[in-house]
Amino acid sequence: MQLSFSFLATVGFGIIINIPRKGLIPCGLVGTLGWAVYLLVKDYGHSMVLANLLAAFVIGISAMFCARMMKMPMILFNIPSLVPLVPGGQSYNAVRSFAFGMNDQALDYLVQAGMIAGAIAVGFFLAEFVSQVYFKVISAKK
Amino acid sequence: MDVEHDELAMEVILNAGRLMIESGSDMARVDDTMYRIARNAGIVEPRIFETTTGIMMTAPKTKLTRIEPINKRSIDLELVSRVNQMSRDFQAGNISLEEMRDKLVILSQTAPTFKISWQVFAAAAVSATLMVMYGGKWIDFLPAFIIGGISYYIYWYINTKFRVKFVSEFLAAVSIGLMSALATHYHLASDMSMVAIGAIMPLVPGVPLTNAVRDVLAGHLLSGIARGTEALISACAIGFGIAVVLRFL
Repeated sequence: MQLSFSFLATVGFGIIINIPRKGLIPCGLVGTLGWAVYLLVKDYGHSMVLANLLAAFVIGISAMFCARMMKMPMILFNIPSLVPLVPGGQSYNAVRSFAFGMNDQALDYLVQAGMIAGAIAVGFFLAEFVSQVYFKVISAKK
Repeated sequence: MDVEHDELAMEVILNAGRLMIESGSDMARVDDTMYRIARNAGIVEPRIFETTTGIMMTAPKTKLTRIEPINKRSIDLELVSRVNQMSRDFQAGNISLEEMRDKLVILSQTAPTFKISWQVFAAAAVSATLMVMYGGKWIDFLPAFIIGGISYYIYWYINTKFRVKFVSEFLAAVSIGLMSALATHYHLASDMSMVAIGAIMPLVPGVPLTNAVRDVLAGHLLSGIARGTEALISACAIGFGIAVVLRFL
């Protein structure tokens, strides 16, 4: 259920930002994969931060492969896939706490949102690094 | 290596670069595409400096320099993909420089986009599915679907009709807050927060956010910070919109 929904959400966001039609399906698959990793890590009791990091990492790597296979820019695949990971809930709660004057709680949520965003960025960075090394190795072999 | 040829080549290169940046490409991709065209057009030692707000390019041998300001930014990844593909066609020798110039002009006017009805439907689907994925209840599925669709339409309408970016996000967020509060008040939805979170998701500045990270990591510090600022202001506009409703209701 969750997985088919993540597919729909990714494809939906893909339509909003107007990615080419033949890129929609692979893009949805990348998003599903990322969400599956996120759920898996989260359900095994590890932290939200680690779950986001690994999910972003997997999305980065698989987006890279999709980009190579379809010969399209990589951002087509990783932007929609990342959207489910965005810390919308934490940000919303932060804003709500600020609006009601509960600044301590708001800062708490804000830090959480910042941590998650940072984790996604790091996961991304690692994916980029790994794929660059990988493609360097492949081209060196040729 | 005459001047006229280089002038034409630079026009094509700058046009391609401008189109890509305008439609929300990351800088590494723009850089790659522009250098690829320049190399294959036979410009000797091209120097290109691009940021989110403008491109500068010079060809030392023919003493030509061009500057191209970029004032508007939207999101249209189809266009990015097409321009990139065109540069590869040019590299393969399938199209000439003149053809490419004409094609870029045509492309900038006729790139296919999804109809607004499709976009609204997609936004609605994003809202509803993400709300369930974040642990919302099934009762709220329909409200999130409808509110997400309506608010995205408001966002789109203001964006295309008046072209003021951050106001559109603010007003869309206000409408989300109002509608979800009303829906909860009349018992159409059970949890206002979940509905609002779901409906906000289509407005999230995903493209500038991702590009900001990628640009900074790729060493395009200026562009990365510019994009990051854009994403931050968008996020703040959404936050303020929600906060206004929460505070005064």
